[in-house]
Amino acid sequence: MGRYVIRRLLQMIPVFIGATFLIFVMVYALGDPVAAFFGDRAPDPATAAQIRHQYGLDKPLWHQYLDYMGNIFTGDFGTAFNGQPVTELMKSAFPVTLRLTLVAIFFEIVIGITFGVITGMRRGRPIDTSVLLMTLVVISIPVFVLGYVLQYVIAVQWGIGEPSVSPEAPLNELILPGIVLALVSLAYVTRLTRTSIAENTRADYVRTAVAKGLPRRRVILRHLLRNSLIPVITFIGTDIGGLMGGAIVTERIFNIQGVGYQLYQGILRHNSATVVGFVTILVIVFLLANLLVDLLYAVLDPRIRYA
Amino acid sequence: MRGSTRLKWAVCATAVALAATACGGGGSDSGGGGGASGIVSASWGDPQSPLEPANTNEVQGGKVLDMLFRGLKKYNPKTGKAENMVAASITTTDSQNFAIKLNPGWTFSDGDPVTSDSFINAWNYGALLKNAQKNASFFRFIDGYDAVHPEKEGAASTAQTLGGLKKVDDLNFTVKLGAKFSTWPDTLGYSAYDPLPKSFFSDHAAWLSKPIGNGPYTVDSYTKGQTMKMRKWAGYKGPDAAQNGGIDLRVYTDNNTAYTDLQAGNIDLVDDIPASQLKNAKSDLGDRFINQPAGIIQTVSFPLYDAKWSGPNAAKIRQGLSMAINRAQITEQIFQKTREPASDWTSPVLGEAGGFKAGLCGDACTFNPTEAKKLITEAGGLPGGQVTLTSNVDTGSHKDWSDAVCNSINNALGNDKACVFNPIGTFADFRSKVTSKQMTGMFRTGWQMDYPLIQNFLQPIYYTNASSNDSHYTNANFDKLINEANAEPDTAKAVALFQDSEKQLAIDMPAIPLWYQNGTGGYSTKISNVTLNQFSVPVYNEIKVS
Repeated sequence: MGRYVIRRLLQMIPVFIGATFLIFVMVYALGDPVAAFFGDRAPDPATAAQIRHQYGLDKPLWHQYLDYMGNIFTGDFGTAFNGQPVTELMKSAFPVTLRLTLVAIFFEIVIGITFGVITGMRRGRPIDTSVLLMTLVVISIPVFVLGYVLQYVIAVQWGIGEPSVSPEAPLNELILPGIVLALVSLAYVTRLTRTSIAENTRADYVRTAVAKGLPRRRVILRHLLRNSLIPVITFIGTDIGGLMGGAIVTERIFNIQGVGYQLYQGILRHNSATVVGFVTILVIVFLLANLLVDLLYAVLDPRIRYA
Repeated sequence: MRGSTRLKWAVCATAVALAATACGGGGSDSGGGGGASGIVSASWGDPQSPLEPANTNEVQGGKVLDMLFRGLKKYNPKTGKAENMVAASITTTDSQNFAIKLNPGWTFSDGDPVTSDSFINAWNYGALLKNAQKNASFFRFIDGYDAVHPEKEGAASTAQTLGGLKKVDDLNFTVKLGAKFSTWPDTLGYSAYDPLPKSFFSDHAAWLSKPIGNGPYTVDSYTKGQTMKMRKWAGYKGPDAAQNGGIDLRVYTDNNTAYTDLQAGNIDLVDDIPASQLKNAKSDLGDRFINQPAGIIQTVSFPLYDAKWSGPNAAKIRQGLSMAINRAQITEQIFQKTREPASDWTSPVLGEAGGFKAGLCGDACTFNPTEAKKLITEAGGLPGGQVTLTSNVDTGSHKDWSDAVCNSINNALGNDKACVFNPIGTFADFRSKVTSKQMTGMFRTGWQMDYPLIQNFLQPIYYTNASSNDSHYTNANFDKLINEANAEPDTAKAVALFQDSEKQLAIDMPAIPLWYQNGTGGYSTKISNVTLNQFSVPVYNEIKVS
């Protein structure tokens, strides 16, 4: 087990280097950021050169990348164009987005799996059909439409809650954005759980459990659900990374100053330090979440062992 | 037992995830309207650069400087006239040497008095190449600028201070300009010329995290990228003290959200209504919807460095294209009358006396599809049979109006492919392409004035090799008229000369005037006396809280 984890962690190193390099090249390819600093005015060459020198933009690409990587290992992720160190941006942005993601995952798990179990147990009944129809609707409507509509109806029309999240982003204000962020994944979780449950109700071990005379509740929770959760866990695990990076739209709608906001700002301003720094952390989160999922398999299914 | 260790792993994993979020919690008071008495919450955007006066050239940082600083002059928010603020008098006999006398008694909020040095040091800092200040070029009028800030890439400064600035005593200093510029004192209301306290130079980092100025507000707290709390400064002795307890600026990524927040009563003042909401804004807000002229003109320019557009017939084609654009319809349909069709190259905020003259462009800016088609056909048709219109599409409603302009041209010329829109993803990319002369057809150019002078709408944009001359237009007669106008001490005569230079633009049409942009905004029932100044920035210090 321990060796497995170490091997997986070591595998992250090449992924980390490759990902940072790719992103660095991509942001570099966006073009020269300095012209935009001057608005509709053409930069005077001397000032522009001075700014390029300050941010090291006058060096060749490989040199910039090496400088950047060298600095990362000393904990310096560079400086954003507004003068703030990127680490400072991360310190304010990541906790907010992580909280938003956890709220979303919470709804995904609680609502998604509950619906999945209910529909899986009652295939073909009215409740099954109506839940399936609902998930279809949710999946087919773009997130920003759902976001704006829910924001307007709930916060403006009904006056429950706030349309935007304050800078401190307390949990109670993150409920609505969390639901919006979770909706699509929630629909997938419902459908995955339903299929998985439906398949396993016919499995031998379930029949055995029922034949043993175990209470229905225990059969479902202990035997059926536990075995049906593997695909669902896989999905949720990869979704953590997806939700954190994909929160750009939701964060914009609800004015949450998290990772999505900083990335958006960084891309608009062609600020490689911000974009590479944030995406690098996202890559690591993604890798760790995947590792966690793999470890959880062993918990759910005793047949799976890691050496 | 094997099972239990595995379970422990899972528990650990969850615990790590939870602990990571726990550190961020806290702060349960909901942001937004209300709070301390007399505080106005207002929408804001993240300033592009650190909040140094000579380094701030966009409106979001400008909002803060407007509250935090008072310069030699201030533009009257109603009339736009430059009125003395810290300056007691600015006099000259030859339009080149100016004597500036300061009013006594002004101090910064940290107690440091405002003296001649506060200005001289600030201007020297702003001009010096090493400091890479984006507004450095504003000091180019002052004698000795070339030594402090050489134009050429890679060149080094040969002097650390501007030779044209001479201190007489604590309240008097003189400025020598490099050339005659009679209306130069009127440019001094721009924030680049603000004075700076000693603490700016002694502890720069601390100053940047909590700027100190001499204006009616002080910075109470500043969380970069999120909020800035400005509070009324009780010790302010200027004539325009704040009428409210303070302003809480809050960063919005999306102005749609700011507008929704206004509707929900979560914020008091939103100063940029998104185009998609303009239709509803009037019915939603009634007379709390602001729509008033601002010193912004939108144009499309031509790459005159491209052989296709510099030929003898090209001016005629450019005029034809201008006539093919139905400005009235576009401003009404897309902008809901928050923009006015343009018929000169300035802005209505200048007023008649300041040099604005409706209709100066004449027939060339009047929609006339038949004449447009005739002109273009006579001139041999569009170069290459097609013209592109290039603009960034990440902000504003550039895509909407660009499509409309192209459609208008296509309809006039009876050719579906006469004009094609070429969108560019980000403003940064667009500007970098424009400044490196990569345009091949029409491209978007907008101009927000730095100070309400007709000179500012013409010289920086159309003078040979000027800083914003994106089309690289050059005309000896135009340059001559501008020089004459700058040297003319009589304002009325100077304005007439500037207008003559505009007539040259009407002939050459290096840029097609599209429309004058208004400032828009909306506010809650909690506040009153809300107006925008000519720069479309709310006049914060006059807002009253009920």
